[in-house]
Amino acid sequence: MKALFFIAVFAAISIGFWQIAKIFGATKEDQTATNKENNINGWMMLFVLAFVHGLLIFCMVEYGDVLLPQLSASLEGEDIDMLFKITFGLILFVQFFTQILIFFFAFKYRGNINRTATFYADSHKLEMIWTSVPAIVLTILVLYGIYTWNEVMDVSNQKDPLYIELYAKQFQWEARYAGSDNTLGEANVRNIKGINTMGVDMNDKNAADDITVLREFHIPKGRKVVFQFRSQDVLHSAYMPHFRAQMNCVPGMKTHFGFTPSVTTVEMRKNQDIIDKVAGINKIRKAKSKVLEANGEDALEPYEFDYLLLCNKICGASHYNMQMKIVVDEVADYNVWINKQKTLASKIN
Amino acid sequence: MSDHKQTFLTKYIFSTDHKMISKQYLITGIIMAVIGGFMSMLFRLQLAYPESHFTIIEAFLGKGGEGGQMTPDMYMGLVTIHGTIMVFFVLTAGLSGTFSNLLIPLQIGARDMASGFLNMISYWLFFLSSVIMVISIFVHSGMASAGWTIYPPLSALPQAMSGSGLGMDLWLISMAIFIAASLLGSLNYIVTILNLRTKGMTMTRLPLTIWAFLITAIIGLVSFPVLLSAALLLIFDRSFGTSFYLSDIFIQGEVLHYQGGSPILFEHLFWFLGHPEVYIILLPALGITSEVISTNSRKPIFGYRAMIGSMLGIAFLSTVVWGHHMFVTGMNPFLGSVFTFTTLLIAIPSAVKAFNYITTLWKGNIQYNVGMLFSIGMVSVFISGGLTGLILGDSALDINVHDTLFVVAHFHLVMGISALLGMFAGVYHWFPKMFGRMMNKKLGYIHFFITIVAAYGVFFPMHFTGLAGLPRRYFNNTAFPLFDDLAPINRVITWFALLGGSAQLIFLGNFFISIFKGQKAVQNPWKANTLEWTAPVEHFHGNWYGDIPEVKRWAYDYSKVDANGVPYEQDYAPQNMPLREGEEEF
Repeated sequence: MKALFFIAVFAAISIGFWQIAKIFGATKEDQTATNKENNINGWMMLFVLAFVHGLLIFCMVEYGDVLLPQLSASLEGEDIDMLFKITFGLILFVQFFTQILIFFFAFKYRGNINRTATFYADSHKLEMIWTSVPAIVLTILVLYGIYTWNEVMDVSNQKDPLYIELYAKQFQWEARYAGSDNTLGEANVRNIKGINTMGVDMNDKNAADDITVLREFHIPKGRKVVFQFRSQDVLHSAYMPHFRAQMNCVPGMKTHFGFTPSVTTVEMRKNQDIIDKVAGINKIRKAKSKVLEANGEDALEPYEFDYLLLCNKICGASHYNMQMKIVVDEVADYNVWINKQKTLASKIN
Repeated sequence: MSDHKQTFLTKYIFSTDHKMISKQYLITGIIMAVIGGFMSMLFRLQLAYPESHFTIIEAFLGKGGEGGQMTPDMYMGLVTIHGTIMVFFVLTAGLSGTFSNLLIPLQIGARDMASGFLNMISYWLFFLSSVIMVISIFVHSGMASAGWTIYPPLSALPQAMSGSGLGMDLWLISMAIFIAASLLGSLNYIVTILNLRTKGMTMTRLPLTIWAFLITAIIGLVSFPVLLSAALLLIFDRSFGTSFYLSDIFIQGEVLHYQGGSPILFEHLFWFLGHPEVYIILLPALGITSEVISTNSRKPIFGYRAMIGSMLGIAFLSTVVWGHHMFVTGMNPFLGSVFTFTTLLIAIPSAVKAFNYITTLWKGNIQYNVGMLFSIGMVSVFISGGLTGLILGDSALDINVHDTLFVVAHFHLVMGISALLGMFAGVYHWFPKMFGRMMNKKLGYIHFFITIVAAYGVFFPMHFTGLAGLPRRYFNNTAFPLFDDLAPINRVITWFALLGGSAQLIFLGNFFISIFKGQKAVQNPWKANTLEWTAPVEHFHGNWYGDIPEVKRWAYDYSKVDANGVPYEQDYAPQNMPLREGEEEF
């Protein structure tokens, strides 16, 4: 019934517009733009230009500190960031330049009864310029991009990497460490039973020392980590934005991605970008808490920065809340932590 | 042939006249756009104020919006159907269907489409698919909600989400019918353009709109059948127990029997259509823009042949870049490199087009009719949105922004808003041809300026939420304190969205009132060169009384000068006007 009410409101608004339009329609006017209208619209185009560029600058200033920290938490991420900065700079330049051309021309050449347009239909020279300049710039970008891509994606030939499996299911992550042999045991959904939620094949000798963890996983600073991803049910995507890392988890298939963590959680918390961001978040949370407390509810806990693994491929109702904490430790701290974890085999027995 | 008796049924409903079919497409498209657009308003409210209660959400969403708050399932249903409706029903059928039908026969000088009957069938299949899609929204178990890309296994397994039940079946059936409609249309457009051009209308005298429609139809013909097969295989997996896309699945406590398939196969098939689809949407809008900008600048379009060449280049490249949607699916890194290469190549013909538009404006005498404003807006948005493609098309950079709101902002600008602005430009420009009346100018101006401000206001800030790492398709981001500081941006986006949404009411009012009450149009209000303006204002089957006009020149002789550099008296020369004495064809 309420929908009917809103439809009625909509109808009322429409009738309002009808009335306005009638007023417009009643005056007989030129069918095409008049000299005055050309003039006004020409000036309005300058306004649009100011708005487009003003908005972009406003966004960059105002929203600069909500972005991911400039500092990449992985070595490979630094290459990506460099490429990103160059590309983004190029984009900004072209954006400013071309929009100014469009709207300035739109203003300058606004119609006037005294003007005549210039018949100018072709120029091979000009066209050569704007074919070859983008072509050259793009060649550089493509080569640089492909070089970076291959650097980042190559996980085949590493010295002593740490192997970890990330396992996705609706709506939870689990992690499995390869253990002392640094080889992951085989796994398949058909082996899922009781506590063996990842379907690890316990008859595989490589699986004997595999360690499984929930909710949070630790990785050591400075050692390449090669992840293997699997999914139990639908597509998921393991997204670790601070490490510039993402890979889909595909049922029936293993996928891989690797990076070398370079900033520990503790160090990242001392990063100026993060300090600013956390301060901003806590200001918002405090304001929210006041409202909550006034209503007799619990206040929000203050936020402390942590690396996160998020799901970034639509996977069902709780897709928006499928997360796992990542902790980057110094090697010594990592060793202490991993030695405290139980192997899957010991949990089963 | 113009005088044969028509009943109400054959004139307005089962019409085989391309002009009537074009109007049918347009009005169906507008109705679908209202549905799809309204959905986006609802989920923008949810994103900006996740903790508030809205009567309007409860009123329209029923149990999916109980207490005025949206459920995650409902949210995902809304974004799925919003995407589907906007991409296929509005910007494919609504845009291409309307203007290809209206303009192809009129601009090439034909009395109708090659097959009026197929054309009618095409519209009615489209109508049927629209009806099924709308019905699927109201299914008890929920509308399809696996995203508009409907990746299996999520879309294949009713256990995985409630929207993958009957809602998904109807979605697939609707799309299968839609594709049939689209293919019939495309065939008809191609045959008509190649065979029914009037005397003198060589391929290099065709207006750029027609070139755009021709290339669009070819891309559609190549890629839509692949989506049909993808959809059929998905139907098999869902209903007949096959395993094309499914393997090794454990869900709700049991292992399913599927073995050996791969969801990646679906992604390949889907994006083999999905990426060309971007250009199926964009090229007609670019064609319309070319025509409108040239006419209203009173200048020939700059680089006519380069425009055709770049459209052909874009069309070819568009079929070999689909993998850039799949950089992080675990595809071979070498393949990723190849797709990066082909994808970034598209920037070259796109840059050529953009600069050609800018040069067309240069030293023009710009007549600010409403269509012109929208066309300039279209070029602006096309560049703003296209540029971020350099980031998303580059596999290394895509890793960290893939599937974030950065992507959403990018494609909404480059194909959503820009095609929409192109469509508006077309509606304002050819309204006199369609309905014999003018739309109100002043309302059109207001509509444009609010729309362009709102479009940028929505999608510029959205890029930044993506760069902050916010994934798309999150029904709210309160589960992550990390994203708490995005709330103010989300509110700004929503305010602009509501502003832009309400501005469309001005258009709707102007459009429907002008059909009945607008000023009577003269035959050639914009002083344009193309053949449709040589046809009488009133509509009848056959388009021209007497003989079809013969074409003597190309479509862009605006402000031409004679051999001594003196401008001719009349600043335009319709295509059927013979060359003046001493005049050379450009």
